[in-house]
Amino acid sequence: MTADIGWRGLAISLVLVGVTVALSRWRRLGLERSVVWAATRALVQLLAVGVVLHVVLDAGHSLAWAWLWVAAMLVVAAAVVRWRAPEVPDVFSLSLAAFTLAAVLSLGVLFGLGVFELEARALIPLAGIMVGNSMAATILVARRVFEELRDKRDEVEARLALGYTSTDAARPYVRAALRTALTPQIETTKVVGLVVLPGTMTGLILAGVEPLDAVRVQAAVMFLLLGAVTTTTAVVAVGVSRRLFTPDHRLVRMERAAED
Amino acid sequence: MSPWVEGRARVVDGECDNAGIDDTLFAFEHVGVIGPRGPLLRDVDGQLPAHGVTVIVGRSGAGKSTLLRLCNRLEAPTTGTVRFRGDDVAGLDPMHLRRRVGMVFQRPTPVGGTVRDNLAVATGGLDGKAAAAAVERADLAPGFLDRPAHELSGGEAQRMCLARALVTAPEVLLMDEPTSSVDPESTRALEGLARSLAESGVAVLWVTHDLAQARRLADHVLVLVDGAIEYAGGSAGAGEFLDDR
Repeated sequence: MTADIGWRGLAISLVLVGVTVALSRWRRLGLERSVVWAATRALVQLLAVGVVLHVVLDAGHSLAWAWLWVAAMLVVAAAVVRWRAPEVPDVFSLSLAAFTLAAVLSLGVLFGLGVFELEARALIPLAGIMVGNSMAATILVARRVFEELRDKRDEVEARLALGYTSTDAARPYVRAALRTALTPQIETTKVVGLVVLPGTMTGLILAGVEPLDAVRVQAAVMFLLLGAVTTTTAVVAVGVSRRLFTPDHRLVRMERAAED
Repeated sequence: MSPWVEGRARVVDGECDNAGIDDTLFAFEHVGVIGPRGPLLRDVDGQLPAHGVTVIVGRSGAGKSTLLRLCNRLEAPTTGTVRFRGDDVAGLDPMHLRRRVGMVFQRPTPVGGTVRDNLAVATGGLDGKAAAAAVERADLAPGFLDRPAHELSGGEAQRMCLARALVTAPEVLLMDEPTSSVDPESTRALEGLARSLAESGVAVLWVTHDLAQARRLADHVLVLVDGAIEYAGGSAGAGEFLDDR
């Protein structure tokens, strides 16, 4: 197969890490340790994933292992969101619910309607790409809703004081946060193929798949991502804004997080 | 000398009641509010009258804004009960309450768009005539309606906010240091508007730390010190509290 580079190939590719380190030293960027650490981590993490995938994808094993893997991905993604947006209340459970809903919807469409055949080999990468891409948008929208409602407290309370429900008072800020979080995904979808060849397609072509076949898979993946990112951000945006109001439509006190 | 010295004798309830309070608008029963950094109000007991301008005075941090925000449920008491015309505020629909009890905040709170857009935020169908009447009630010319809200001066923006609060035809207007960020001319205009609103039957609760302003405006005075009521009653009996010499 074209894509089998072997251990020797992998070792040779490390030369490029060497180039990065050399450049860093030459320009005194002070990033050598960081680069080496990043490359080592990437290698170890990917190898570990590869070993586990090797076992899970083995045709002899039950699909349950693949689902378990997907569940673990959802939990880890929610934990990452919690770690990156610690000031947002309940963000772990909200994003876990959002990722789960997006997984059910998007994987339901792709497998339920027979776009892909349900097998571990399709399930794990598709779920991974879905969660991985939704994560950044989810972190962005969670922080944005929180910061908007905290920093524009005066405006929000002015609306509440005019008799708005908390949902109506928060709507402009939730809308702005959602538009901000979704725009990159929409822009990426617009220019796909023009500027960069996306990862799925690149991987398939490297692995020897016909370009037109690769393109079909890539298009389906882009649409999966669009649906998944929209679902997760909408759930998280609405969820966070609800957490910031009391049942009697008061905006809760929000302290500024201590400086990092 | 500062009028806020510790150790001043508290005015007993009986003395408060005969100072011009005929019917009660808001009643506070053992109200305490705990904020993130400690108590904001402690065991507040008292009434606010349904007529005229009641000025709530006190130093910054005395709990004035908290007391005001309890009246339209932007704040909820940690302990005790707040009553609006006899009803426990906790049991009222907050949206309905807030349309009966309007509020103007310390800083103007335009929401973007023109003055007309800002007024429309308060109500769905606001026709041209109603919009013109609303700005006129706040002493602004109808020409202001099409001006972008963010181009208004602080005083004009604050009057627009007053006009917006009046669109819901409230029975009570809460004014939380409304003149703290406006010029002297607008301050006088807002004070005049508060007086004429009170004369037209809308009770005004006005928070300030400016004792001269309190003397100019007040029919009734409520003095807060460290989260507790130090005096509540008619302005005539509040002399020593409003004397800043």
